[in-house]
Amino acid sequence: MLSELKARLQAESCEEYLCQLFEKIEKSSLNAFTTLAKESALREAKQFDRNPGRGLLAGVPIAIKECISTKGIETNCSSRILRGYIPPYDAHVIERLKAEGAIIMGKTNMDEFAMGTSTETSCFGPTKNPWDQTRVPGGSSGGSAAVVAGGIAPCALGSDTGGSVRCPASFCGIVGLKPTYGLVSRYGLVAYANSLEQIGPLTHTVEDTALLMEVISGHDERDSTSAKGERRSYLSGLQGGVAGLKIGIPKEYFGEGVDRDVEKAVWEAISTLESLGASWKEVSLPHTRYALAAYYVIAMSEASSNLARFDGLRYGSRQGEDKDWHTTFSAIRAQGFGPEVKRRIILGTYALSAGYYGRYYLKALQVRTLIKEDFLHAFKDVDILASPTMPIPAFKIGERINDPLSLYMADVFTVPINLAGVPAISVPCGFSGRLPIGLQLMGPHFGEAAVLRTASAFEAATPFHEAKPEVI
Amino acid sequence: MDDVIIGLEIHVQLNRLQSKMFCGCSTAYHDSPPNSHTCPVCLGLPGSLPVINRKAVEYGIKVGLALNCKIEEETFFYRKNYYYPDLPKGFQISQYDYPLATNGHIMILGDDGAERNIRINRAHMEEDPGRLVHAGTIDKAKYTMVDYNRCGMPLLEVVTEPDLCSPKEARAFLDKLKSILEYLDVFDGSLEGSMRVDANISLKGGDRSEVKNISGFKGVEKALSYEITRQKNLQRRNIKVVQETRHFDEIRNITVSIRSKVGAHDYRYFPEADLAVLRIASWVPDIRATLPELPDVKRERFVKQYDLADDHAKSLTSEIKLANFYEAVAAQAAPKMAAVWIADVLKGELNYRDLSIESFQEEDMVEIVAMLDGKKITEDGAVQIIRALLDKKGSNPQEIIKALGLGKAEDDAVQKAVREAVSESAAAVADYRAGSERALNFIVGLVMKKTRGKADAGEAHRLVKEEVERA
Repeated sequence: MLSELKARLQAESCEEYLCQLFEKIEKSSLNAFTTLAKESALREAKQFDRNPGRGLLAGVPIAIKECISTKGIETNCSSRILRGYIPPYDAHVIERLKAEGAIIMGKTNMDEFAMGTSTETSCFGPTKNPWDQTRVPGGSSGGSAAVVAGGIAPCALGSDTGGSVRCPASFCGIVGLKPTYGLVSRYGLVAYANSLEQIGPLTHTVEDTALLMEVISGHDERDSTSAKGERRSYLSGLQGGVAGLKIGIPKEYFGEGVDRDVEKAVWEAISTLESLGASWKEVSLPHTRYALAAYYVIAMSEASSNLARFDGLRYGSRQGEDKDWHTTFSAIRAQGFGPEVKRRIILGTYALSAGYYGRYYLKALQVRTLIKEDFLHAFKDVDILASPTMPIPAFKIGERINDPLSLYMADVFTVPINLAGVPAISVPCGFSGRLPIGLQLMGPHFGEAAVLRTASAFEAATPFHEAKPEVI
Repeated sequence: MDDVIIGLEIHVQLNRLQSKMFCGCSTAYHDSPPNSHTCPVCLGLPGSLPVINRKAVEYGIKVGLALNCKIEEETFFYRKNYYYPDLPKGFQISQYDYPLATNGHIMILGDDGAERNIRINRAHMEEDPGRLVHAGTIDKAKYTMVDYNRCGMPLLEVVTEPDLCSPKEARAFLDKLKSILEYLDVFDGSLEGSMRVDANISLKGGDRSEVKNISGFKGVEKALSYEITRQKNLQRRNIKVVQETRHFDEIRNITVSIRSKVGAHDYRYFPEADLAVLRIASWVPDIRATLPELPDVKRERFVKQYDLADDHAKSLTSEIKLANFYEAVAAQAAPKMAAVWIADVLKGELNYRDLSIESFQEEDMVEIVAMLDGKKITEDGAVQIIRALLDKKGSNPQEIIKALGLGKAEDDAVQKAVREAVSESAAAVADYRAGSERALNFIVGLVMKKTRGKADAGEAHRLVKEEVERA
């Protein structure tokens, strides 16, 4: 818990704590950190030890996903094409973290440009799941989830375009929140699919997630999609309990394709919430079956445009001899992008092409509207929706990497949330053998307080968040 | 040339704005080192996001209203996707469906001497790309550099219907558009690259060619004239004109093909989700209230208020700075005389020197007109004063009058010269009395000689006549 860590840092030495962490990181076989900011982190820790300051995260080390811009620290999205790019500016969330005294430890591995569900598409190779190193940590924020679960960082930031925070949180047995679209500024988040994604925390506990949300949420005029309005407190209402809470169970999120252990754990979780005073009923999100297709069309279309800027001209890697413009940038992109990124750029380019735009992109936008309406409709009846985060526990490294469709299918319960723009959290709710299972709790737009309160009540009543993997 | 069909797309930099279209960078980059007016946003650095410059949209609406367009209820931005080194994001933020303004029109003077209505299809906003700087000429350069200072400059693209019938009319349209933009104070045409034109041209019944990125109005006229000749020659030889994009080579004054329709880009336009939809209808009343008096209205007012000839009024209102200059002078000196001297003389002298009206002081013009009105200087002298001022051969009219001896001779001296000349010209006087009016010219010539040309010829004529008749 970060509150305990903060007390410990005040009483003992931040520098010593950080040195221990870096020692563990150097021994770690998780392949979860990509770049370490050891020097600046230790310098800041020393400073903290001299003068602790009063920030909400004073002295707290934090790991940052590769795709969040950090001034002076390489930001490469785990892609060859961005190797060597050192941003001259901090993302909004980094500014907020620094303002509250947090210490940036380094950057964490991810699927290349956040395109994946397993962290296997990274140019640095796969990150390993701390619970079973033959398995994936989930993705795309697999590095951020693994460092927290593996005990080598107390908390981390990830980004969630179609489940990229919740999936690895679920696979690694920790807490991960995808905030309402617009609640956290995207300024400085390297875009994959800009109409879908949000930055979110990955932590051991719900309270830690609430604390990070207090720091990173809020209006930023540099992001035109950033929601206006007062900053909300997520910590204050956390202990409110779930008495009288109405939970909806979307019937489309259970049944075929869902692992039996997963289904069992989620139903037990629902029973637990019921025993705490909540009630539940079945609801329907009828357009769920179109969500994956719509998501991939929209995400790939946006990606094809968002990734167009990587031509090696201004930053990043530029190998080979310069020839004429088209030959040169084509060669740089051919060398710099991995196969999954290329696949998505090509499919997205196709979907936006003259003659196909209406059939794919526009149609996907229409489906998106229907899915959003499904959620709005459901939230007229219930306060919270509950489902599995992932239909399966963590799979083996290499098991699905050559079968992109089966990988895409794994996102079936997470992508609708991004299409609708609503918040959702994944909290640990059991195990399948040694492998953690995640419960997904979804709320209406800007309903983070209710989501966190429900998750917190569940966490307080269950032991799953206390389980730790044995890793080095 | 009624068989020529021309439509224009004009890219106007709204360079009177202080900051760029989607970031806070300054627009005053013209004398700055390359890439010194940039930030993560206009460099398209990973993770940066655009924010709409509201003032730029207001300027766009202002132009839309001045071009008699319909301002849309709401407007939003699209991404236009293509790869080019001057485009750091790999797409340009532009507009597509739902542009700012549609269905406008302005009046121009047609080739037949009558006013013609030219329809405006649309006006939309976009960001300017950076600028390529070739090491040497474009075809021989070993490398090319990019300057992103221009990148993200607010651009307004004005698209006409194919209503123009000749290169001259195209020029007249551009002059009028520029005039309106400067009246609105959204545009400074003196800055390099501030207005760039794509021209579509076809002969009746033929396919069109598009000549891209012509800078300078003379360039537009030349490019279009060349295209007409080229297309006519093809037709004469029974060769079909193909739809294609052409480049205007300013040095050789010709157009060359750069790509055919087959190679046309698919820009994959789709909505820019990083920017919100703008509901602009509600902005319109406030912006309309800020619209200044525009050239056509000002011209009518000048005719009425100052009793000017229409062509003088038109000439004086063709540029806002000239119109303001005129009104300032007219407030302090004879308005009609000022109009003639500014529109006919000063403007010509300025054009001849490629100077703008800012090169001439209002108070100098007031003084010159007052002296002319008071017959203190001759018309020829006034012209000489104007030239000397423009050529910096003197700092004010009085100094030049002294230096060049342009002051009209004192009345006494003229009277004296007249009396002497009449008494010395008995034969001419006799001729005059015998009925030859022309005989006086000889005496006037003598007067001018005696006064070394300082006398006003008309005045001298009057005085000679008086003297002869009295004697």
